[in-house]
Amino acid sequence: MRVVVIAYLSLLLVIPVSLIFWRTFSNGVAPVWHALQDPAMTSAFRVTAIVTGISVVIDTVFGVGISLLLVRYRFPGRAFLDAVLDLPLAISPVVVGLALILVYGRYGWFGGWLESHGFQVIFALPGMVLATVFTSLPLVAREVMPVLEEIGIEQEQAARTLGAGSGQTFRRITLPAIRWALAYGVVLSMARCLGEYGAVSVVSGRLVNKTQTLPLVVDQSFQNYDVTTAYTASFVLAAIAIASLVVISILRPKERA
Amino acid sequence: MGIDVHHITKRFGDFVALDDVSLSIPTGQLTALLGPSGGGKSTLLRIIAGLEEPDSGTVTIEGVDATALAPQHRNVGFVFQHYAAFKHLSVYRNVAFGLEIRKRPKDEIRARVTELLELVHLDQFADRYPAQLSGGQRQRMALARALAVEPSVMLLDEPFGALDAQVRRELRDWLRRLHDEVHVTTVFVTHDQEEALEVSDEIVVINNGAVEQTGTPSELYDKPVNEFVMRFLGPVTHLGGHLVRPHDIDISLSTDPGSHPSTISRIQRVGFEVRVVAVTERDEDVAIQLTRGQADRLDLAVGRQLWLRASNDASVLDTGAAPVAAAAARP
Repeated sequence: MRVVVIAYLSLLLVIPVSLIFWRTFSNGVAPVWHALQDPAMTSAFRVTAIVTGISVVIDTVFGVGISLLLVRYRFPGRAFLDAVLDLPLAISPVVVGLALILVYGRYGWFGGWLESHGFQVIFALPGMVLATVFTSLPLVAREVMPVLEEIGIEQEQAARTLGAGSGQTFRRITLPAIRWALAYGVVLSMARCLGEYGAVSVVSGRLVNKTQTLPLVVDQSFQNYDVTTAYTASFVLAAIAIASLVVISILRPKERA
Repeated sequence: MGIDVHHITKRFGDFVALDDVSLSIPTGQLTALLGPSGGGKSTLLRIIAGLEEPDSGTVTIEGVDATALAPQHRNVGFVFQHYAAFKHLSVYRNVAFGLEIRKRPKDEIRARVTELLELVHLDQFADRYPAQLSGGQRQRMALARALAVEPSVMLLDEPFGALDAQVRRELRDWLRRLHDEVHVTTVFVTHDQEEALEVSDEIVVINNGAVEQTGTPSELYDKPVNEFVMRFLGPVTHLGGHLVRPHDIDISLSTDPGSHPSTISRIQRVGFEVRVVAVTERDEDVAIQLTRGQADRLDLAVGRQLWLRASNDASVLDTGAAPVAAAAARP
């Protein structure tokens, strides 16, 4: 059984990811270093960082908010909301991108109105953030909700009777209790945002040096037989994701003891 | 008056948890809300604390109408059955929590927390985390935490319900002594009649969302107003169509006017106590509780003829539920 699982994970996960690392450095460090200096690459770094940064903040605030709402309150439509929350994971990101264009595109629902007021959504950063947030929406909430459920409401009620208002109760009691689930959710959500391809590729317009993110660079340079750039960008994406997971798993058990 | 509850009604869906309950709890006393689970006593306590909102009625704490106040403005200390310890904070920080929220000076907090930890015998454990404490220690910590903010009333919801029998007994005695020292108006919820009789100054019996009777432990035990209270507070048996306590039955070996002739069907010795079951002519099984001395003097044996009657000072209730010898409930 163990052998089967290990073999399966190796073929599916470990070997392909390792190969990326291997291929990236197959000609030494110099070409990689050179590829990283490329203006298209540095621009992609910047765009990816901005989009991911904003999206993760929105995901975190929304995730904690909706978790509290769904776990701590009972209201009509709660079960429906709970189900809808998973929709972004079920819908193909390309469809998400198209849907956003239908609403925010120049000829979309109110994209035209926004554009006439000088605010471009599609083929610009706002649209890319929207697409990224959409596809990573439930990740924080799905990590936080079970923990909120498990810690129950009594610690919060105890804090209230001791004089803490709702803000103080959240900061001093709820937040520390969910911090590891939250951290894990943020990392997952960050990894998802960094790697988002489908939805972003539709709404970004892939304008080189303007709206290209790292995953788009990977795809485009691969199509153009520029394998060094493709592997380098891939390596960076994979390395960031793995590094954040490693950091989290090192920190977590220490806290629990 | 400490706490005044006026015409409180609370429903959960179709279930009526409290039905027009009014109650006065005197300042400085230790009052037990006693009743079976699901009877509404915890709901009443939570309404007093502001953790639950009544559908109608008012709550007054120390003369202040608290009905619309959020829990953090009621100045109550609340102790939960499952401790509600702040798991990420040390014992010291748990107890200091309310004072930190009130932004008291560091020195004052240190002095007060140290004093309280001594009071609850946890001064050795100040730097530990709740997970490193036993259940009894966690509950003492929770008590210290609630006392730290000098609440005008302390509310304890089945405080010893999650502890094993031995610790329960210790904490019960300890709570009584603590209350004699601190004198804060205290209300605790319990379904254990022994706990209520042993610890409290006053008992409120609550059943089916309504108050059955209020009084001191001896008033309730000796003069229950109805069958429910009588049965809930201690053992009962039937004699001549009346309810009576098994230790309130006089035994005579010869006929006696007004007594019920019966035959012993079973004798059981439990330590210092002897339990006898006798069958009357009306075919009632009467349980009688005797001391070993009494039983030896009477020379009891299965099959022997006895004449039974309720003792003169016994509390006796008609099984028709109307009180016979019982006095009315206190107003």
